[in-house]
Parts: sequence; C-alpha cells; structure tokens
Amino acid sequence: MVNLGFSIGDLRFKNPVLTASGTFGYGSEFDDFLDVSLLGGIILKGTTLEPREGNAYPRMAETPSGMLNSVGLQNKGIEFFEKNIYPRVSSYNTNVIVNINGNHIDDYVGLAERISRLDKIPAIELNISCPNVKMGGMAFGTNLGATRDVTRAVRAVYPKKLIVKLSPNVTDIVSFAQAAEEEGADSISLINTLLGMAIDTGSMKPALSTITGGLSGPAVKPVALRMVWQVARSVRIPVIGIGGIMNTRDAVEFFLAGASAVQIGTASFIDPGVSLKIVGGISDYLSSKGFSDIKEIIGIINRQGTGKS
Amino acid sequence: MTKRIEDLKITENTRLNKDIFILGLSGNSSLPEMRPGQFAQIKVEGSPGTFLRRPFSIHDVDYERNTFRLLIQIAGDGTETLSKLRKGDTLNLIYPLGNSFSVPEKNKRILLAGGGCGVAPLLFLAKYLKSHGLNADILLGYRNSERIIESGEFSAIGNVFIATEDGSEGEKGLLTDHPLLKKESFDVIYCCGPVTMMKTVAVYCRKRNISCEVSLENLMGCGIGACLCCVVETTEGNMLTCTDGPVFNINVLKW
Ligand SMILES: Cc1cc2nc3c(=O)[nH]c(=O)nc-3n(C[C@H](O)[C@H](O)[C@H](O)COP(=O)(O)OP(=O)(O)OC[C@H]3O[C@@H](n4cnc5c(N)ncnc54)[C@H](O)[C@@H]3O)c2cc1C
Ligand SMILES: Cc1cc2nc3c(=O)[nH]c(=O)nc-3n(C[C@H](O)[C@H](O)[C@H](O)COP(=O)(O)O)c2cc1C
Ligand code: FES
Repeated sequence: MVNLGFSIGDLRFKNPVLTASGTFGYGSEFDDFLDVSLLGGIILKGTTLEPREGNAYPRMAETPSGMLNSVGLQNKGIEFFEKNIYPRVSSYNTNVIVNINGNHIDDYVGLAERISRLDKIPAIELNISCPNVKMGGMAFGTNLGATRDVTRAVRAVYPKKLIVKLSPNVTDIVSFAQAAEEEGADSISLINTLLGMAIDTGSMKPALSTITGGLSGPAVKPVALRMVWQVARSVRIPVIGIGGIMNTRDAVEFFLAGASAVQIGTASFIDPGVSLKIVGGISDYLSSKGFSDIKEIIGIINRQGTGKS
Repeated sequence: MTKRIEDLKITENTRLNKDIFILGLSGNSSLPEMRPGQFAQIKVEGSPGTFLRRPFSIHDVDYERNTFRLLIQIAGDGTETLSKLRKGDTLNLIYPLGNSFSVPEKNKRILLAGGGCGVAPLLFLAKYLKSHGLNADILLGYRNSERIIESGEFSAIGNVFIATEDGSEGEKGLLTDHPLLKKESFDVIYCCGPVTMMKTVAVYCRKRNISCEVSLENLMGCGIGACLCCVVETTEGNMLTCTDGPVFNINVLKW
C-alpha cells in the first residue's frame, strides 16, 4: 500500500488530489461521474457575502491548449449557501473547502466568520486572485500590502485552516507567498488564472464581454509549475499546486517540484472523472518507482543537482 | 436522468451536403433513455486546436438497434475533424445532457420550425411527439436548395414546408415569412436555428399568444453545470443553457 495522505497542520487529507474552485461546482454536478468522497477534498465555487450575477455572456473563449473565462464569481451569496448548499455538501466524506471572495477586507472577514461556524467546513481558501471582478479579487493578490492586510484580518477571526490562493499576475510570486505565511496562512495554493484576452477577427470584437479574462488549462502549466517550485522552496507551510493539470503525469510534476497536493481545474470540464483517475494514477506511479509514501517525492528535484552553473 | 461518459462506435458518417453530415453511433451497453432537445458533449481527438468538448443535439434515436445519430454542420476545426471519422472509429461522449422540449396536450396544433442545422433536434422531437399520438407540421428554412438537409425523414412523419432565401426550393424568403405562418393558427411552436430567426419566431408567437420553446446554442465550457460559462439572461436571473436548457420557453427569455 502506498501512502497518499497529506495534512495541513492537524487537518488530514486522504490523498493529495483536490478539485479547483469554479471548476467543480458544488460537487453534485459530478456525482454521475465519480464518487466525490474518494477525493482528497473539493474546493467549492467562489462564494461572496451578497449574491452576484457575474459578468455578461460571452464569458468563455477557447484558446490554444486552454480557455479564457470571465465568469466573475456568479453565486447566490453566503446565506443561500448556508441554507441550501451546506446541508448537501456536508454529506460528502471528504474535506469540503469554501473559496471566499470580497470587494473589501470586511467582506472577507464577514464570510470567514460565518463559515467558521459551519462544522463540516474545515478550511477556507482565500481567493485574492480573481481577475474577473472590478473591485477586490486580484487587486488584493497583486499588492503586497493588501495581501498582508487581508490575510491578517481573516486570520484574526478564522481559527480553522486558512489557505491563501495566489495570483500569478505578479513579478515576484515568492514575496506574496512569504507575506501570506508571515500573516498566518496555513497553506498556499497557486496559481489562479493568468490575465489574458482573445479577439474574434470575424466580428472584430473581443471574444469576452469583459475584454480580458483568466487563462487556464495546459497553456498555463509551465508557468504554474515554475511558480509552485519557487514558492515551495521559500515557505514552510504546505503548497497546493494548480494550473493545467490534465493527467497523472502533470500532477506528479507538481509533486516533484515541491507541491504537497494538487488541484484539478479545467481538466474536469473535458473529463469529469479525471480527478479520481489521477488519485489512482499517482498511487501506480509511486509503486512503479518503488516509493511507499508520496512525501518521499515531494520537492525531490531540489535534492538533486541542477544543470545550472 | 443519469449522465454517462462513454466511448461509442461510429456506425455511419453520411454527407448530406457540402457542410453537413450525419454521424451514427452505437453503444456497447444499452442506450440510456434520451429526450428530444437533449445534447451530447463530444471529445474531438486529432484536432490540436480543439481543447474543449463540442455540444451537439441528439438528432434521432433508435433504441431497437441501440444507435443514435447526430447531425453536424462544419463550423470550424472541431467539426471538420469529426467530419472525417469513419465507420468503426470510436468517439467519447458525455450524454444525455440538458432538458428537453415539453410534450403538449392532445389536439394542440403544433409546428416545428428549424433553420439551417437547427433542424437537428427536431427530427427526434417529431418522432417523439408522434409516439405520443401528436402530429406536427414541420417548417424548415434554408439559405438555398443546396443547403437542404434531407427532408424525406421529416415528410414520413408530418407535413413538411420549406422556405429558401433565394427561392430555389419551396417558398422564397425567410422561414418566418412563410405563408403557413399567416394561414394557420398554431397553439405550440418549437424552434431551433440561428438566433435572429428564433427571435423573429418568438415575436410572432408573443403577438398571438402561442406557446413557444426554443433551443439555444450558447458557448459551453463543460456542459454539466460546473463552469457557469453558458449563461442566458432570463426573467428569473441568469440560467445555464446546459442544465436549465438548452430548451427555454420564450416567456422566460428577455427577447
Ligand atoms: C446545446 C447545443 C446543441 C448544438 N447542436 C448542434 C447540432 O445538432 N448540430 C450542429 O451542427 N451544431 C450544433 N451546435 C453548435 C456546435 O456545437 C458548434 O458549431 C461547434 O461547437 C463548433 O465547433 P468547431 O470546433 O467546429 O468550431 P469552432 O472553431 O469552435 O468555431 C467556429 C465558429 O463556430 C462558432 N461556434 C462555436 N461554438 C458554437 C456554438 N456552441 N454555437 C454556435 N456557434 C458556435 C464560433 O463562434 C466560430 O465562429 C450546438 C450547440 C449547442 C450549445
Ligand atoms: C470557469 C472557471 C471558473 C473559476 N472560478 C474560480 C473561483 O470562483 N475562485 C477561484 O479561486 N478560482 C477560480 N478559477 C480558477 C481555478 O480554480 C484554477 O486556479 C485555474 O483554473 C488554474 O487551474 P486549471 O488550469 O487546472 O484550470 C476558475 C477557473 C475557471 C476555468
Ligand atoms: S457549459 Fe459549463 S455551466 Fe453550462
């Protein structure tokens, strides 16, 4: 038996494969394709205090090896979540994590307080990296001072596990990861989408109603992997790798680079059962390489020499 | 209805005209129950430019032979690649997805109105209504006679009326100008085609208090309600084309 478990502090995950916020709905959309409870955890779609309608259609454009989206955090707000979604998701026998978003620090704090009262939610993911909202979102995640302020404020009211999700739209990702760690984050997840755009040459108009949107999918994987590697060697808390993971091999690359866990995003749109296949795939990979615990391979590339002189 | 993800075998690939072909598919296990209006999300292999799945309406189902068909118009790389599939090849589908057209009460006058490849879901619908003892008139609009999608199958089920923009077959003009719409008074119209056509039909139906359902073709990321990319603005707020639709009653649309 191979041990796939990992933990954030005293919070145990049965395996290191989670699903990424905004790509896995509330889990039930996937019930026909896999047993959600067999995943390491699921990160629910971005939640805000008040209901949000999101951005106008079109909100999606396919691009080479990926897609742009500008959904803009459409959700029915925390009250609807507490009443209608929470009772349903609490029946999953895995870690169900809420991704929280706000325009102001107070929004994040308010959400964190309310979610801390929900017994079956052991952690939140602080989304300071959404590129698709006018206020808040990425504005926090691309400003070092704001990253510190929001992380500190949420930490002060949220006693359970706090994951801070970083934006790749910065020059020095390590400084943001370290800032979050210093302000009390229990884990770092990265990356959120890369700001991008596409134009329809037929209509001569931007493909998205918002002009710019967030790029995800295999197109972002090399960037994500590089950032995860940089961050993992610069912080002590567990790092969760996200970005373009389509299969077991992609996931393993992130572990080798230093990630303790991964999130599967856009890949679930193409194969809704892929996250569970990756759990099995990682186990097979470790056995074939003669390892008995996933921890043995995390950040292994740092223990070998590099080609650089 | 449970959704499946499955590899199916291609049983036929028939060209109907320059841009349109029919793919026949057969399951190894027995087919799930499908309803007219529902669609499948297809994974296109061998087309590097096609990353996401592509949605297509269920065109026709034959439970006895365990086969169903899709009617596909070549619109870009993905559909071009699908047009080259051959009998015996496999195709990965997620299906059946979405809601379906409603079934009206007996004795209602029903019209199925399809423009271009919007006829795709209407054959299955016509057969389905027939199996419920309901007859429908079928009005099909095309750019010209070369674009006509084989209508023999439709005429076996109901009266078929054709409009072509250049008058090369049937009545000249847009589908919405067809004299049938002036002459007859329908109780229910089911419509699928270009958005401008569906909007005109919707206006026609509103004026006359005719119940009308349209099938939308919004861009889709996932097809299963997870990405929130396929939204349509409705009187009840944003709805998802893939799970709340693709079939919508025009009363909820802001057209
Ligand atoms: C619920 C649903 C049912 C559909 N049923 C059918 C069907 O039965 N038969 C059929 O031929 N087509 C159908 N379509 C449209 C079909 O999905 C698109 O034509 C196809 O995805 C184009 O893929 P492509 O890679 O060839 O073209 P792309 O290279 O992706 O695009 C080529 C052109 O087609 C347009 N296009 C792309 N996707 C769509 C779309 N979803 N709707 C309208 N235009 C689009 C693009 O804007 C572009 O101009 C349906 C769409 C939906 C949402
Ligand atoms: C349609 C869509 C919606 C998303 N919504 C959210 C969200 O609400 N909150 C969030 O933190 N990230 C969101 N993301 C970002 C993903 O969680 C993930 O970080 C990103 O897509 C990169 O991973 P991937 O390449 O595997 O998809 C969204 C991504 C997509 C494609
Ligand atoms: S296509 Fe993803 S929600 Fe409809």
